[in-house]
Amino acid sequence: MAKIMTVDDSVSLRKLVASALQAAGHNVSEADSGQTALSVAQTTSFDLVISDLNMPGMDGLTLVGQLRKLPAYRSTPILILTTEMDPLKKQAAKAAGATGWLVKPFDPAQLLATIRKVLD
Amino acid sequence: MTKSLSDIQTELLGTFFEEASEGLQQLEAGLLALEQAKSADPDTINDVFRAAHSIKGGAGSFGLNEVCALGHAMESMLEDFRSQRVAPNRESLAALLEGVDWLRNALDARLAGAALPIAEIEGFCQQLERLRGASGVSAEATPVVAAPRGGAFVVEFLPMPRILESGNEPVRLVRELVRMGHATVTTDISRLPVLADIDPTLCYLGWHIELEGPEVSATAIEEIFSWVDTDADLQITAQTPVEPPSPSTEVQQVAPAAAAVAINPAHEPKPPTAAPLASDSRAEGAIGSIRVGVDKIDLLMNMVGELVITQSMLGVIDDESRLDSRRIEQLREGLGLLARNTRSLQESVMRLRSVPISIVFSRFPRLVHDLGQQLGKQVELKVLGQTTEIDKTVVEKLGDPLVHLVRNSLDHGLETPELRRAAGKSEVGVIQISAYHHGGDVVVEVRDDGRGINRERVVQRARQLGLLGPNEAPPEDPIRDFIFAPGFSTAASVTDVSGRGVGMDVVRRNIRALGGDVFVETAVGKGTCISMRLPLTLAIIDGQIIRVGQHAYVVPLLSIIESVQVEPKRVSKFQGKRELYRLRDKLIPMIELGQVLGLHSWQHSEESLMMIVEADNAPVGLLVDELLAQQQVVVKSLETNYDRVPGLSGATILGDGSVAFILDTTAIGRLVRGVPGNGAHAA
Repeated sequence: MAKIMTVDDSVSLRKLVASALQAAGHNVSEADSGQTALSVAQTTSFDLVISDLNMPGMDGLTLVGQLRKLPAYRSTPILILTTEMDPLKKQAAKAAGATGWLVKPFDPAQLLATIRKVLD
Repeated sequence: MTKSLSDIQTELLGTFFEEASEGLQQLEAGLLALEQAKSADPDTINDVFRAAHSIKGGAGSFGLNEVCALGHAMESMLEDFRSQRVAPNRESLAALLEGVDWLRNALDARLAGAALPIAEIEGFCQQLERLRGASGVSAEATPVVAAPRGGAFVVEFLPMPRILESGNEPVRLVRELVRMGHATVTTDISRLPVLADIDPTLCYLGWHIELEGPEVSATAIEEIFSWVDTDADLQITAQTPVEPPSPSTEVQQVAPAAAAVAINPAHEPKPPTAAPLASDSRAEGAIGSIRVGVDKIDLLMNMVGELVITQSMLGVIDDESRLDSRRIEQLREGLGLLARNTRSLQESVMRLRSVPISIVFSRFPRLVHDLGQQLGKQVELKVLGQTTEIDKTVVEKLGDPLVHLVRNSLDHGLETPELRRAAGKSEVGVIQISAYHHGGDVVVEVRDDGRGINRERVVQRARQLGLLGPNEAPPEDPIRDFIFAPGFSTAASVTDVSGRGVGMDVVRRNIRALGGDVFVETAVGKGTCISMRLPLTLAIIDGQIIRVGQHAYVVPLLSIIESVQVEPKRVSKFQGKRELYRLRDKLIPMIELGQVLGLHSWQHSEESLMMIVEADNAPVGLLVDELLAQQQVVVKSLETNYDRVPGLSGATILGDGSVAFILDTTAIGRLVRGVPGNGAHAA
């Protein structure tokens, strides 16, 4: 069981991710914006962060960059959830410090399989 | 496991639909703004892009493939705008607006569990693609990659030392690889320094993996290492000649990339349970759910916290010892606190039920835009007071009357550009929708600067319809009296837009059913304003309890302007019947409340109290005997328990258990003035 934070401004998608992870026995926290996620991260550490890319206010890439500045998050897996398949987007995510990306639309089972790459 | 996951999807579908409809509104509003601005504001384009993007992403994850495909097609076009490859133009914006309609239809159909026009949707997506092609962007080719699959591979994986900083753990990647088939893993420790020199944040190891099995393919291996392709040296070598792939399964593998594939009718057959599930979740959402800001919940939590403190404060008093004056004082204080808390709690709960009126207003920019084009009229829509909050039930029932009024304004109110020019007005007509609080009510107005309502034509039409006898003199205000009559329309011809069936009578009936009323102001050549007054909430009001004779009545506090002691020298009798009261150079009609309420044997004393209340925007004075307490009263409907009574808006039960009637000051004012058929509750 891992401690995971999901960040998404869309409630339905965030809950979908969270519920899928919870069903697999993970302990999930939800943040509705990059700012919220960042302030939670100041005091709490997670085994994995899954963030949406396109969000109003602080977007996913900025969030990753900010998280990487926190000592506790130097090597925490951070995945970006995006519908975009553009290789440039992936490069940008990697450059910002993201561990990898999850491509929407996803099926919950597929999501669980993918995060095995970064969780024990 | 799989079943429970699909249950999760079904449960969250309702939330997705709510979000998607909000997203659609944003999308539409943004597109209209782009069209109006005639320049491409990057922020607006970004917002619009994000809205389309979210709908597409959500729809895909909830298995709504056609919605996803539509979203994808629109997103692609918006991406061209965003990357400034193409500037938005009239044609593309019109197409995107049409896309919004398609999205809405597709979502509605899914909600209702109805069949979707798959072929048309697909056709529309292709049309969007063609439009993009015409704008100089080549249509995307759907990538169908047929990669070798099944067999044996040798993988050389040599991570960069700093790979751990990206959050990737090479050991886990190797573990994933090993899951795929039969593997022999050799760890390369040649780069490992002596213990003293090891930096725990760096990776020194490398791996040589021989992998074999039916699931093993170059694509699958690449997929595992896709996140680290720039952080490692990776070599994948096929060991044996691979079997030719079966193309159909391969397309499935890459399907997430190509949303266009998803609407292919060949993929359409779905589990038969899908549609009923969707409609079930709609029914649930439609009945129960309301979206509430976190701040409101916090406030509520706060209130409950206060209540708990008060309770414990009072609890201290509740023991065996004697109730002396000090303890009575404590008790009083506690009760006072309790009263305050209960009140705030009630307000907070009320606020949970109230929603911003923008929920209704947001559909108008599009409606006005489309109607204006259809009618060949130039219109500017102004929307004011979008954040005004109003009870959810009231908001829901406000939509149809408002649409009707706006259509009327556009169709009958505003003139054509030529006529406007001839009249010396700007060619662009203005329709203004606004909402604001006024006293205890919310006022919603639809105002236009069009031709106004012609009094003569109203009278003429009233005679035709037999509302007015051929020789009967028209009333003082024929517009107010006749325009709400069933079937009344002065429109020269029934147009496509309005003038059919539903009339102002239906608008007024709907608004009155909500405890409100409708008013018309018009000036020929200058425009018309229809205003609807609606109560904030229907359940609880602040009341002033008054005594008239032997009986207690409740007057809504918000309708009271002030109360004065009657000075006989300021009273002027007028034709012996109606009395007027001079208050600061204003003459106010005096109403013998006892008479109006049928207490005929009873007379007010010369020096009784007069309560000045608002009735139809004009003050009237109600003569009462005594002002008692002010308190909140729960409104009980007379209609459900007895019958509608003119002048009364309901009844309530007072603290001592007696029943008191709640006065409707507007209706009383009208009863006394003898306004025909217009007592708010005497329809």
